[in-house]
Amino acid sequence: MADNKFLSPHEVETIPGTEGWERMYPYHYRFSTDDPERRKYEENMFWFNDALHYPEPMYPFDIIWDEAWFLALSQYNTRIFMVPPALGVDHRIINGNVYITPVPVTDPKEVENRIPLFMERAGYYYQNWDKLTGQWEEKMKKIISELKQIEIKPLPEIEDMSVVTEGAGTSSGYHLLKDYDRLIDLGILCWQYHFEFLNLGYAAYVTFVDFCTKAFPDIPLQRITQMVGGIDVIMYQPDEELKKLAKLAIELKVDGEIGTDADIDEVVRRLSKSENGRKWLEAWDNAKDPWFYVSTGTGWYHHDLSWNDDLNVPLNSMRIYIEKLQQGLSIDRPLERIQAEREEITREYRALLKTDEDRQTFDQLQGTAKLVFPYVENHLFYVEHWFHSIFWNKMRDVARIMKDHGFIAEVEDIWFLNRSEIKDALWDLVTSWATGTKGYGPLHWPPEIAWRKGVYEKFKQWTPPPAVGTPPETIAEPFTIVLWGITNESMAAWAKLREIGDPDKVTELTGFAGSPGVAEGVARVCRSVDDINKLADGEILVAPTTSPSWAPAFQKIKACVTDVGGIMCHAAIVCREYGMPAVVGTGQATTILQTGMKIRVDGDTGKITLLDRV
Amino acid sequence: MKDRKQYVRWFQECDLESIPLVGGKNASLGELLKAGIPVPPGFAVTTEAYQRFLDEGGIRQEIIRIAGTVRPDDTDTGEEASRRIRALIESTPVSLDIEDYIGEFYRRLSKRSRVPAVPAAVRSSATAEDLPGASFAGQQDTFLWIRGMDDILAHVRRCWSSLFTPRAMAYRAKMGFDHEKVAISVGIQKMVNSWTAGVMFTLNPSSGDTSTIVIDANWGFGESVVSGECTPDHFVVDKVTMEITKRTISAKECLYTVNPETHAVERHEIPEERRTNQCIIDDDVVALARIGKLIEKHYGKPMDIEWAIDKDLPAAGRVMILQSRPETVWSTKKVEPVCKPRKSALEHIVAGLVAGKKIT
Repeated sequence: MADNKFLSPHEVETIPGTEGWERMYPYHYRFSTDDPERRKYEENMFWFNDALHYPEPMYPFDIIWDEAWFLALSQYNTRIFMVPPALGVDHRIINGNVYITPVPVTDPKEVENRIPLFMERAGYYYQNWDKLTGQWEEKMKKIISELKQIEIKPLPEIEDMSVVTEGAGTSSGYHLLKDYDRLIDLGILCWQYHFEFLNLGYAAYVTFVDFCTKAFPDIPLQRITQMVGGIDVIMYQPDEELKKLAKLAIELKVDGEIGTDADIDEVVRRLSKSENGRKWLEAWDNAKDPWFYVSTGTGWYHHDLSWNDDLNVPLNSMRIYIEKLQQGLSIDRPLERIQAEREEITREYRALLKTDEDRQTFDQLQGTAKLVFPYVENHLFYVEHWFHSIFWNKMRDVARIMKDHGFIAEVEDIWFLNRSEIKDALWDLVTSWATGTKGYGPLHWPPEIAWRKGVYEKFKQWTPPPAVGTPPETIAEPFTIVLWGITNESMAAWAKLREIGDPDKVTELTGFAGSPGVAEGVARVCRSVDDINKLADGEILVAPTTSPSWAPAFQKIKACVTDVGGIMCHAAIVCREYGMPAVVGTGQATTILQTGMKIRVDGDTGKITLLDRV
Repeated sequence: MKDRKQYVRWFQECDLESIPLVGGKNASLGELLKAGIPVPPGFAVTTEAYQRFLDEGGIRQEIIRIAGTVRPDDTDTGEEASRRIRALIESTPVSLDIEDYIGEFYRRLSKRSRVPAVPAAVRSSATAEDLPGASFAGQQDTFLWIRGMDDILAHVRRCWSSLFTPRAMAYRAKMGFDHEKVAISVGIQKMVNSWTAGVMFTLNPSSGDTSTIVIDANWGFGESVVSGECTPDHFVVDKVTMEITKRTISAKECLYTVNPETHAVERHEIPEERRTNQCIIDDDVVALARIGKLIEKHYGKPMDIEWAIDKDLPAAGRVMILQSRPETVWSTKKVEPVCKPRKSALEHIVAGLVAGKKIT
């Protein structure tokens, strides 16, 4: 570790022209030298850039999910399940980028004291896993339905007569504040639920991974995941819906009317004319809720639109399936083969263990990991996709009111205010509305937003260091290991990354080996799911990240490269199923690679080689 | 060639049951082929052929007579008898029948190898009753790069005569075995003309990981790899899924190959621009690993294997196993559980959390 020196967090310089950026984010996110104790704490911790969740700098509003998981993850470790050696994960921001650090329990006695508490509490969850996760789904559905019911209504010139006749005793101004609060509250609540099972899920998974890598030091992490992963994963469902719709279109013989390039409005117009068309449209409409709430990104950013936000995305994706069906090709996932492969792999590794004791441990740990894994895979759809997709649009309703009152110039400007500032602005807005005066907001926010946009652009130009502070000797926090993959190798790779200056000089990129195999071909950089139509057969997809809404792209490509993601990410999972190579979590593939470049993707080693520039 | 099986057999026609006829070495090659493990192609000249050679050549009685002159206490008489018997065997012509059998098989072997008068290894394969003495009744009698029918026949006779080395004769005398009853088979096997060769372990020699097959490879003969003279290309293959999990391409400076004229092995420098080329294609790495898995299953233990990829044979059958022996370093270690057994998964989880993950 000695040669992997990292900057002190206090040494990172502010980008010229962005001075004062800290006010865009919650005040406690700043690194500070004012207090010697806090300064020493910050210097002695190992802070790594959470590029996994945040490949771009943070928008002041979007930090809400960071705050939400800051609280939720930490509370479950520290206060609820009492994970013996691990407290929460602390957060900071440097130049718009989130840095996090796992906080250990340092006193061995304290670790000891926490063990029986953890056994009792975690034990209860593991023992009642299926019952509790069943409850969880109900809770999530309930808050999503509540979220949908929130109506953000514009403020009227004159309140409706019913306010008087019903003796409501409240105004639309009050309701706007209340609904905004409820919106934010539901968001925070949904992230409370998000982590209810995740810490324990990862702990069980990490333990199984640990055992497997001790028994088989060379085992690829993907194989371990394969031994516990589900097959009927909810995250695949949106794509399955498209396949069903494609089949139905062929069956009802409406594929001709769906055509190849008409937009959704035109397709709806054409299909409503025939009975078969209406039948198909009914199925299409039924799929929208919840399956088309799948995000085209990770769901973490406000700009990650869902299929419901642009129905042309699922329409075009479905057309890829129709085309395959018309050519007589199968579009079904080879479920039986996948299942058989899984069982075979598990059986073979188990047989390679040398003692009965090990086989017993293997069975215990694989059993538990398998129990928890469906949650680990499925929670994403409920939270990051379904809930978030609806949430962003409710926030846009809030923004519309602020725009109407001149607080912001454009709806999309709202993301440059954080959630507390919006609350303050709404107070400004409703009091001036109530008073019949002009609010201060129209004077205060537009210039501030303009400045913030400039700062944000500068943040985007800046390359954040992968980590700052002092690396620890051990990490016990399950998320840190599973999600961010903080290992000796990754830290060495980061150190190397810092040495590369000019992107044009890069001839090789590394990431996680997401799916095995080697492929050479022409790169196609798709920055968003809208671009997947441009993919030609046999190209290599290079994307910031992929999500289930990208699934049809995998029908065309021969390999996949992403900026973000570990071996559990969508791209890696899908590529493994299709048997094509993937390198994920490269950090910078979409920056360095360009459409038309010839590249080699080595999914065995995680290496991408540039063979020929454009 | 109706009863040719009495006299010549392809390796794939040999098995443990036929040891009296083809000897241990040839039988084990046959067994490997049956298990799906490719060895260089070849055939056995049976002990029956040897017997017929003695009879048709009319030298059986003479051999017994000369062997009878050996006095157990006098090594000089043993040396002399051996010299005379071996000279007799090596100068007696092989009958046309036997010559036809061997000739026809050698011709077919050449055709199959796509090389006219294919260079072959000719080696003796001792039968069961000689096995205890195998170390001196034949093992040294391996003749490499033998080419053309005349040479093949000459070396078959040299193998036959190896039954009568002074040590072999003394051993039989000591054990009370009858010189008349002993017999020997000969194997004739294509010399591998290796394009790429190396070693393979069916576990990871650096970690003992049994889910791994490790392959080291260089161009030419395996000698450059075995001797450690050159840093080979290195591959790690997952034994369960047969995926290549690690691939290290090294700068390989030299290779060994055979001089086609002199049949002498020569060392060549590898030109600078070829050094860092991968010397074996991925498909062959995986094919080898599959074979390694079969060999391990065949012997029931981790193995250390020498292999080669032949230049002459058709693509589908170029990967060849030359030699396999049990791995000795990890296989002899005491087996301990990977981690202490515990009552429940939860206890393992707690133990794992408390230990944490070292990042040194």
